[in-house]
This record gives sequence, structure tokens and C-alpha cells, in this order.
Amino acid sequence: MTDLLVTGEPASQAAGASYAHLLEVEDLRVEFRTLDGVAKVINGVSLHLDAGETLAVLGESGSGKSVTAQAIMGILDSPPAFITGGAIRFKGSDLLKMNREERRLVRGEGIAMIFQDALSALNPVFTVGFQIAELFRKRRGMSRADGMRRAAELLDQVRIPNAKGRVKAYPHEFSGGMRQRVMIAMALALDPEVLIADEPTTALDVTVQAQIMELLAELRRERNMGLILITHDLGVVADVADRISVMYAGRIVEEAGVYDLYRKPSHPYTLALLNSIPRLDLKGQRLNTIKGLPPNLLRIPPGCAFHPRCSMAQEICQRELPPLRELPGGRTSACHFAEELNRE
Amino acid sequence: MSEVILEVRDLVKYFPIRTGVVFKRTVGHIKAVDKVSFDLHKRETLGVVGESGCGKSTLAKVLMNLEPATSGSVRYRGKDVLKMSAAEQRRLRRNIQLVMQDPYTSLNPRMTVGDIVGEPFEIHPEVAPKGDRRKKVRELLDVVGLNPEHINRYPHQFSGGQRQRIGIARALALRPEIIICDEPVSALDVSIQAQVINLLEELQDEFGLSYIFIAHDLSVVRHIADRVAVMYLGKIVEIGTDSEIYDRPTHPYTQALLSAVPVPDPTLRGQRDQIVLEGDVPSPANPPSGCRFRTRCWKAKDICATEEPALVVREKSEHPSACHFAEVRDVVHATSTN
Amino acid sequence: MSNSMMSDTQAKALPHATETGAATVVDAAKSDRPRSLGSDAWRELRRRPLFIASLVLILLFVVMAAFPQLFTSVDPTYADLNRNLQPPKWENWFKFGVDGQFGYDILGRDVYARTIYGARASIIVGLVTVLGTTVLGGFVGLVAGYFGGWLDSLMSRFADIFLGVPLVLGSLLILSTFASRAHDNPSAFKIASLVIIALVALGWPVFARIMRSSVISTKQLDYVAAARALGARPSRIIFRHVLPNAVAPLIVVATISIGSYIGAEATLSFLGVGLQDPVVSWGVMISGGITYREVAPHMMLFPGAFLTIAVLSFVMLGDAVRDALDPKLR
Repeated sequence: MTDLLVTGEPASQAAGASYAHLLEVEDLRVEFRTLDGVAKVINGVSLHLDAGETLAVLGESGSGKSVTAQAIMGILDSPPAFITGGAIRFKGSDLLKMNREERRLVRGEGIAMIFQDALSALNPVFTVGFQIAELFRKRRGMSRADGMRRAAELLDQVRIPNAKGRVKAYPHEFSGGMRQRVMIAMALALDPEVLIADEPTTALDVTVQAQIMELLAELRRERNMGLILITHDLGVVADVADRISVMYAGRIVEEAGVYDLYRKPSHPYTLALLNSIPRLDLKGQRLNTIKGLPPNLLRIPPGCAFHPRCSMAQEICQRELPPLRELPGGRTSACHFAEELNRE
Repeated sequence: MSEVILEVRDLVKYFPIRTGVVFKRTVGHIKAVDKVSFDLHKRETLGVVGESGCGKSTLAKVLMNLEPATSGSVRYRGKDVLKMSAAEQRRLRRNIQLVMQDPYTSLNPRMTVGDIVGEPFEIHPEVAPKGDRRKKVRELLDVVGLNPEHINRYPHQFSGGQRQRIGIARALALRPEIIICDEPVSALDVSIQAQVINLLEELQDEFGLSYIFIAHDLSVVRHIADRVAVMYLGKIVEIGTDSEIYDRPTHPYTQALLSAVPVPDPTLRGQRDQIVLEGDVPSPANPPSGCRFRTRCWKAKDICATEEPALVVREKSEHPSACHFAEVRDVVHATSTN
Repeated sequence: MSNSMMSDTQAKALPHATETGAATVVDAAKSDRPRSLGSDAWRELRRRPLFIASLVLILLFVVMAAFPQLFTSVDPTYADLNRNLQPPKWENWFKFGVDGQFGYDILGRDVYARTIYGARASIIVGLVTVLGTTVLGGFVGLVAGYFGGWLDSLMSRFADIFLGVPLVLGSLLILSTFASRAHDNPSAFKIASLVIIALVALGWPVFARIMRSSVISTKQLDYVAAARALGARPSRIIFRHVLPNAVAPLIVVATISIGSYIGAEATLSFLGVGLQDPVVSWGVMISGGITYREVAPHMMLFPGAFLTIAVLSFVMLGDAVRDALDPKLR
């Protein structure tokens, strides 16, 4: 029977070990083994996050961004998902090498996650106070009364009006934006150092989205947390991110600081994406589209996965997989012609 | 301005709230659409924007007669649609059609694409003789950018964007004059949205269509719409051309809505006028008296609770706005304060 | 299959409205030829050993019911008191032209032959009953679910009345009222029909409920609204759009129910209100064999085994069909 560890640090980690980044993913590889074949959903993803930083992982459906988050949290269903390579280091310790119990402790206390749909992430038959208090009871050994008190404090921190009264309410009694706040409160209960937000505002109205993003930014500042924001919304990313990793077909195709990325994208996919979205402040003539469809992960095209849709594709793009290379200015890009794009 | 083909006046849709087990009593109404009026011109795209609960989806259903209106009039080329006989209404379907949001539930999974796109011809056999139908279906598939050879495939064999095209082909089959698009791209990936929006614009040019484009994504609506109506709790609070609404909004709700939309340009961080609304949207079963927005409005005064502001042109502006204190405020572009 | 790629939270968090990577994966792989959901379901079924096994067994029973002469040349009614209660002749198994493989009953009749011929009554009752309940219940459920309002209330309350009556008790009542042996001597056909009518009368509400709820959820789907928007008449909407998509749960329950109705027939025979001697069914045989279970267990065991296997194979079939038709598992 494992004792409750108050600090949440896995026993296997040497106390006071130094590390390069708070969270580091190195060459992660994940496969989905299905009846139709093996889908290579993540093919060598590397990223890093430091305290107080907001990293946006940008991509569309099938890019692998959500699976990456789930792999970090350790909530992938296996089967059919299998992690076939790479390392995920939290404060220097590789999560993939930990046993179940150690991994479980990291979850919630080290790294927490919020999802797109709060209604299905919250248990509908328990009050929100009960669900939050449970965390304190199980992980910190608090009594139920103390747990409920802390729950009310948390609901107040996420700015739910009349927090003390709302503690006894059920999830369905909250509006969409309020439910999202409850989910954030639950995620922050054990004071995690990293928060992963998987499309937290996609299902919300735009005015509520603004409120929630502001709340997240404030909480992140107050607690000096690292925030990984997973999204497809280029507007939200421009507002809150410090750095951006763009994903396509299970790989990072570009990584840069937010100002650099928008000013001068160095990968054809990023460039095409930016050109294809309608903007609030401009009325365009015709939207530039990206021809074709996202790739079938059972049969990823050889060479660069984006080449069938790329307006700049050359013969080399079909043969050789472009590595993620460093460019001047502390950014990277996985394109054979990244330098040209970066120069223009 | 080209001719008006659709005139909506004081359209109302209330949903009764019933309680009771054996005998149900009506205890109240959800005022989903509450006296909405607007015109639609030929070849025009009217965007309807608003957040959840504003009534825009209900508006689409009522205009298509999928839900009976409680009161008001909808005149298509002079004749009131809501007062037509059943046979006339069926004929009217040929002129006003619908494209829906969810590409995964808007197509019958047990019908082939050919059957789906061909069904309008089966329901209205006077439009195309039996022998011609197959050919017409192939033409429609081609027009929306699909391979006509796939006519025998089933919906689950297509991607979301392609399914949406099938839905558009189906809506186009009877050559309607008006197509109501209810969130047609919201469920699609960003890169696919552009394809479908371009398609809709091309079809509008080619076939002289008019669109009522309902969406919550204000950037998309900016791109495609000629005029825009902003809805809140069942009412239109502001209506005007796209540049009037986006560059010179006068209603506080429109201003708050626009300021909340993020723009993909990090250099505008902190440069735009930020309005963050407090609280939640009131319940449509019990809307505030007078101006419905007053509970969240920073300009609210006593008159707002007693007198409901009409949607009329106010001073210092060229387009109608339902606010006693309407005033232009640019929230989309960078202001020079920071 | 596609949705199991994500954790449950994620699968629910991403409504199917957005294209999932998994869906892109599988969709593109399937795009080669036109493939309806029906043919996809059949492909799924063919793969499952459970389905194959149950199908083989069911076909066996159906052939047995239709052509018992293929399985035995012995007359099931021929009684030779000299050999009554004799145990099974194991040496005669898998041989032709002999009898006694399952032993003999109290009147000296060949148990094996009776078991084979008994299949007919049991299978027919089971199949016809299910047909009746499915059609009747399905129709009522369809009308109640689609039109709603007072029609729905009326039909649902009416169904509730029947739902409140326990199956066996109710059948007992119906049968003892209409087919009392004390007064007249009803024919086997009459009794069998009454058994079927009783079971259908008491069983249809369950099917009606299932169909009704399936219809209610189907009619709210977008493609039904699209058909209305095109101006389709209710008949087209019901038969082209609602019925084909709502019928799946009904089919699953129907297949499973065949098994339970076969069992119900046996129960009624056992209780003395269903089929009786000289008509042969598994229930009749079990009923007759109970008294002698200690001296001649073979009288009861063999028909009981056949009954169990038959019921089980229909249940397995229903399970397999449900798995194949369940869209969430695709």
C-alpha cells in the first residue's frame, strides 16, 4: 500500500535533480493497431515546456495533437494505442519508464488536463463540490468537510459567483462556460505545474471563450504554471501563445515564437493555413484553399507527408522526409525549402 | 439595391413550456424568436450571427416551415408563406432550400449519394423527367466538386467536407432561389472550411442564389456576407452592411461580440478595444423587460428597463440599431491608445 | 472500431461533428467500392466465429424441423411397452437404420426420434411468435413514435396494460380459458395457434417500446429534417428514412427473443396448458420425463439439452447481430 506522498514526486526520482525543461517530449512515437492496419498517429514528436510559458500545439483533425496530450497524461487506451518509442520527461524523470502507481501520482499533481466538453468530463450524478472534494480526500487525506471547503475556495478562484452555494450544484445546472470553469477548478485542485488544455473553448460561444481564455492566462500567471494549449484556432493562438508547435500527420512541421510564426511562416502548411482563414478585420476576395484532404494515417505518403497538397512541392519532397531543422532566430521547420520561406 | 425576394415581418416563435403528467398545462413560453423583421434581396448574402440561445437556428427552422410560426409573416415574392395551403407550400420548397450543419447526421446513411441528391427529383417529379434524373445528379455532383463516378457510394465513405458538398448538391437540385445555410462550415476543419465557402460563393455567382447564412463564426460571416443581422435573445439588435457592422458597430452587444473574436495577428495583442461581458445570457423563457441586453450592458440606464428600443436608424449612424444609446465604436482594428 | 481509438473522455469530448483522425483513417481506407451499411454488417458478421457457430446450429434445427426424416427413420409415435424406460443404447450412436440412441420413454417410444420430431413444434412456435410480435409491436411503435401526441399516449397506455401481465401467468390464463381439455378436445393445430396468439398478445408491448424509442430518436436526426425541408410526404419519410434506420434494435431483440419464446413454449407445455401428448415437442417431453427423472433421466435430459442449445444459439445470433449493427462499434 503506497503512502500518500504529500509532495507528489515519484519516489523513483532523485531529490533535487536538475532538468533542462519542466516538461520535455523527445521523439515520441505512437501507433494505433486496428483491424484495418497500423496507423502511425505520432511519428517522432519532440517539444518542451517551461514554467510560466504557454505552448500552443496547433493542428487539424488527424494531426495527432490530442493523442500527444493523452500520451503525456498517460490516458491512452492501450490497445489499440501503443507507445513505440521516445521519452516524456517531467522534471527530468521519464514518465514512460515509471510504473502505474508513480505515473498516477504525477497525474493531477504534476500535470493536469482539461477537455473540450465539460459535460462529459464531469460525472453527472455527483455534485461538483463532491467531485472536487474527492480529490482532496483521496490524494491529501482530507476529511469531507475540509474537502468541500477547499472546493468552494477553488470555485471562487475560477470566479464562479456564489461559490459557497454552487458547491452543492450538479454539473447540468451550470451553463457551458461555468462548467468549463468547474473543470478548470478540478484540474487545478492539486496545484499542478503543467496544465494541458485540449480545445478548451471550441464548444463555447465567443464571448464565453474570451472569458475562459482570460481566466486561464491569469491563473497561469498567478501559479507560474506551464500551459499547453491544443487547438486549431489560429486566432486564439495569436492572443495567448508564447511559442507554437505546428503538427501535421503526427509530426511537428514547424516550431517558432508566436510573433515569428505569424509574421513569417517557414513551412508551406503553416503558410497555407494562415492564408486560408477568413479574418475579422479584412474582407477578402477569395480564400486560398489547401487542396486535397488530410492524409490517411494508415498510408502516410512517402517523403514529406504534406507533399500531395503542397504548392511548392518538388521531386525531392516525394523521396526524402525533411528533418526538423533549426533556422536562424531560434526556430525550426521540417521543410526542404524552409530557408527560402524564412528569408522572404 | 436589387429586388426584394423575401420579406420577413414581425416573425414570432414561442415554444410552450408544459408541466403535468396526465394533463399538461402551459406554464410559460420560451420566446425563441420574438418579432424579427428583415428583407432579403436577389443575389445577396444576409449573415445572421449570434451566440447560443439567440434564436438563429430556430429562425432557420421557421423560415423553412420545419416549425410552425407562432405569428408574423414571411413573404416570398409577395405571397405569405405561412398562409399558403399545404400543396402550395410543397411547391415552395423548390424555391427555398436548406443546408445543415452536421455533415455526419444530415445524410441518410442507408441511401447512396445518388439517391440522396436525386430525392428532390422524386419528390417533385415535375422538375425533371425520370430518364433525365441520373444525368442531373451527376451534373450536380460535378458542380459541387465531387467525382460523378462516386454516385453509388454511401455517405460514410466520404469525408466531412465531401459530405457537406453532397448536402449542398441536394439543396441545389431544384434550382432554388434562396438557400438557408445553417452553420454550414462550423463542423469542418479549418482548411476544408475555405473550400466549402469558396464553393458557396461560386454557386451564388453561377446560379444567382440568395443566401441566409447563419453562423457563430464572425470571421467567416465577414467574408461571405453582404449584409449582417446580429441577434440576441430572439431579437435582431443591429442590422447593416458588413462594413457598417464590422467597422462601425453601434449596438453594445455587437461591440462586445466583435471585441471577443480573436484575430490571427499577435501584434494586435492589447491593441484592440477589449470589452468583457459579465454574467450569463438570461433565460429565453424569462427575458428582461425593455431592452433584453440591459442586464449585461455597461451603458444601461432606467429607460432601458421601461422602454424597449426599436430597430431603427439612430443619429450619428446609417444603419438600424436597437439601442437608446447607440454609438459607433471600432473594436476590430487596433486603436492608438496602447 | 473507429471510436475506440480515443479514450472515452476524448471520444465524447470530440463530437462526431469534427473530423477525427481515426475517421479519416478508416474512411479513406473504405473508399474503394460502394459499401452499404448492410453489406458492411454482413462482412463483420462473417468474421465472427460466434456468428458462424450459431448460424450452423440454427440451420441444423430448422432443417430438423422441416425434414425430420433426414435425421431418423423411426416413427416417433410407435410404442413398444416391452422396452419402456430403457436407457440409451450408446453402441447405436452414429449408425443408420437403428434406434434407441437416446433410450425409450415410459410408453416405449424412441426418445431420439421424438426429440427430432419435437424440434418442429418448438421451432415453429418460436419463429411464428417472433414474427407476430415484431410486426405488431413494430407497427404500433412506429406509429406511436412518429406521430406522437395523443396517438402516442393512447397506444403507449394500451401497451402498458399488456406489459403489466406476466408472460407465463397470462398465457396460462388465456390457454386454460380457450383450450380447456375438460370440455372439448382441441386439435394440436388449435392449441399451437393459441399458444402463439397468447405469447404474441403478451409479448408485443416490449417490441413496441423498443421501436417507439428508436423511432423517436431517429426522427430527430438532421436527414429527416432535410427530407421534410424538401417537401417529402410523411409516407416517404417513414418508409425511406425513419424505418430503415430505426429498425436495427428491433432486429436484435427479435433474434434474441426467438430463443426465449421457444423456452416459453416449453414452459407452457410443462405446465400443462400448452401442447400435450400425443403432440410431440421438447416441452411435452420434458414435462413427461420429470416424473421419471430418477429412474430414466434420459427422457428429460436429451430434449432438455436440445432445447438449451437451440435457445443458446438464437441468443448468440442476436448478440452477434447486435455487435455488427451497432454503429458505435464501427
